[in-house]
Amino acid sequence: MSHDPQNAVEYWKANLRLIVGCLVVWAFVSYGCGILFRPLLAGIHVGGTDLGFWFAQQGSILSFIVLIFFYAWRMNALDRKFGLHEE
Amino acid sequence: MSQFAINILFVGGSFALYIAIAIWAKAGSTKDFYVAGGGVHPVTNGMAIGADWMSAASFISMAGLIAAGGYANSTFLMGWTGGYVLLAMLLAPYLRKFGKFTVPEFIGDRFYSKNARLVAVICLIVASVTYVIGQMAGAGVAFSRFLEVDATMGLIIAAVVVFVYAVLGGMKGITYTQVAQYCVLIVAYTIPAVFISLQLTGNPIPALGLFSDHTASGMPILDKLNQVITDLGFNEYTADVDNKLNMVLFTLTLMIGTAGLPHVIIRFFTVPKVADARWSAGWALVFIALLYLTAPAVASMARLNLMNTIYPEGTQSAPIQYDDRPNWVKEWETTGLIQYTDKNGDGRIQLYNDTPAFQSQAEARGWKGNELEVNRDILVLANPEIANLPGWVIGLIAAGGLAAALSTAAGLLLAISSAVSHDLIKGSINPNISEKGELMAARISMSVAIVVATYLGANPPGFAAQVVALAFGIAAASLFPALMMGIFSKRVNNTGAISGMLVGLAFTLVYIFVYKGWLFIPGTNNLADTPDNWVLGISPLSIGAIGAIINFVVAFAVSSATEEPPQEIQDLVESVRYPRGATGAVDH
Repeated sequence: MSHDPQNAVEYWKANLRLIVGCLVVWAFVSYGCGILFRPLLAGIHVGGTDLGFWFAQQGSILSFIVLIFFYAWRMNALDRKFGLHEE
Repeated sequence: MSQFAINILFVGGSFALYIAIAIWAKAGSTKDFYVAGGGVHPVTNGMAIGADWMSAASFISMAGLIAAGGYANSTFLMGWTGGYVLLAMLLAPYLRKFGKFTVPEFIGDRFYSKNARLVAVICLIVASVTYVIGQMAGAGVAFSRFLEVDATMGLIIAAVVVFVYAVLGGMKGITYTQVAQYCVLIVAYTIPAVFISLQLTGNPIPALGLFSDHTASGMPILDKLNQVITDLGFNEYTADVDNKLNMVLFTLTLMIGTAGLPHVIIRFFTVPKVADARWSAGWALVFIALLYLTAPAVASMARLNLMNTIYPEGTQSAPIQYDDRPNWVKEWETTGLIQYTDKNGDGRIQLYNDTPAFQSQAEARGWKGNELEVNRDILVLANPEIANLPGWVIGLIAAGGLAAALSTAAGLLLAISSAVSHDLIKGSINPNISEKGELMAARISMSVAIVVATYLGANPPGFAAQVVALAFGIAAASLFPALMMGIFSKRVNNTGAISGMLVGLAFTLVYIFVYKGWLFIPGTNNLADTPDNWVLGISPLSIGAIGAIINFVVAFAVSSATEEPPQEIQDLVESVRYPRGATGAVDH
């Protein structure tokens, strides 16, 4: 790499932090709200069933879309911030 | 116009469109053939990924699975979408930056080993071939029901169409036909769903209708469905599952399996930039979600419609007379996918859950067993007929089901042929092959793959139904961990990666074979495939996630006991991490 090695290390760390944050949300909406915590959310009613059912059948998918676009937007900004974007 | 003529019109029209696109988008170079020239717009690519990904399983089978399993089968919804989050963050941008043509090529270069590349090729071919059999078989069902041709004849017609656009156009032809196929399949899936949602709930958006009130009863539609099916001895549709561990592992296996399937990954090689690879993962999921948010609504509404068809006066009254059955039941009976036996000889159709718990109620009503067997795969295809929708909607469903099956088949065939021509022939057997020679080799290997897939689709080797377990298990336990470690670790070396892939794969295959039979040969299983026998209640379908964990552990353990990868490999890892300096996919 012709770039400052420290700059590249910082960029990669920022990417890893972002990935970990996004994957925590990813696991929380699907494995958490959709599966494991469903009994805890049983009191919150959504159209004839409970919030856990909604997360399992719709909420997790909608969250995934938001997560990917958020990640793409943040990373594309980080590429430029660290000067590592494609010309 | 007869229904048959309408179906011919829709299916024939869509096929003519695909072939026209193929002639327009003929591949002139290996770069065209493998990665569509590398200039596909991220939204276009997202749409093509949608069609590539959504197979006969998503279009035809998934709603039926959810209708049968209710909440418990939400695993398919989460599993087959959550993998895109992993692709977008852990694989796609870096593999795009790497900039080569195939998945095994990355594994071979990163782990500086022809053997690693060979293991990856074998995993790719086994996963893709099993998957493609299901597509061809699905196309056969759609043909035999809607075009009244023999299933084998239907398969051959489908194979010829795929042959024309995939062999001629390669990835370039496939990309643009997939865009057209996405449009056909999403329209075909959505229109009947909108009609049915309107009929049942008054809400034109199926995803919202699912949580709305049932117009006829004033109850929430899911409450109404729970009531109707529990009256007939079935479990509540929204019931929670007891075995959460298995549900989590099954979802995880589907997610990492999705992220590790080569025919999806190679689609990310077609966009111009790393940033575009990230965007196109997002767009892909938007286009996939249009179907996946509608599917659970189709599932619950179709199941309620089916019950109302059999019990028009309500579940406490007598079911319909067999002689008064609607036309669609008669039509599907001829395919054998609906079967009726009048067990108690009263000429009516008793459809209920024939379990010991329901025994006394059934006896009190003079029922002697469930009399109607409905194959769950017909649910989506029969949906327009169950809801009495006009004939053109039925023609549309036929074209949509075929679009879903053919678009995925083409993507898989490309993954197979590029592994053979680029990884095996150019990578090992004849490295000096010319560009023209390699392009010819790619076309020939794709033709062979089509012939094999058509043969296996017409003569399914008895394990077609187990495709999900095998393809996702292999992708999850072998390819995904190797790719991820190749990007996120500089320390994992050739020995570690190969040991990890082989141990993960062997563990997964053995666990599946113990319950499903060795090589799926019936009767060779060591233990019955029932929850009581599963280790910790983990089903063979869910084992890929454990195989992946074992792969990671073995790879790190072996790598730390052996030498570091050479400096140029560590530099390679560095270079895939940073977008700057990416070029288009290159052939060297």
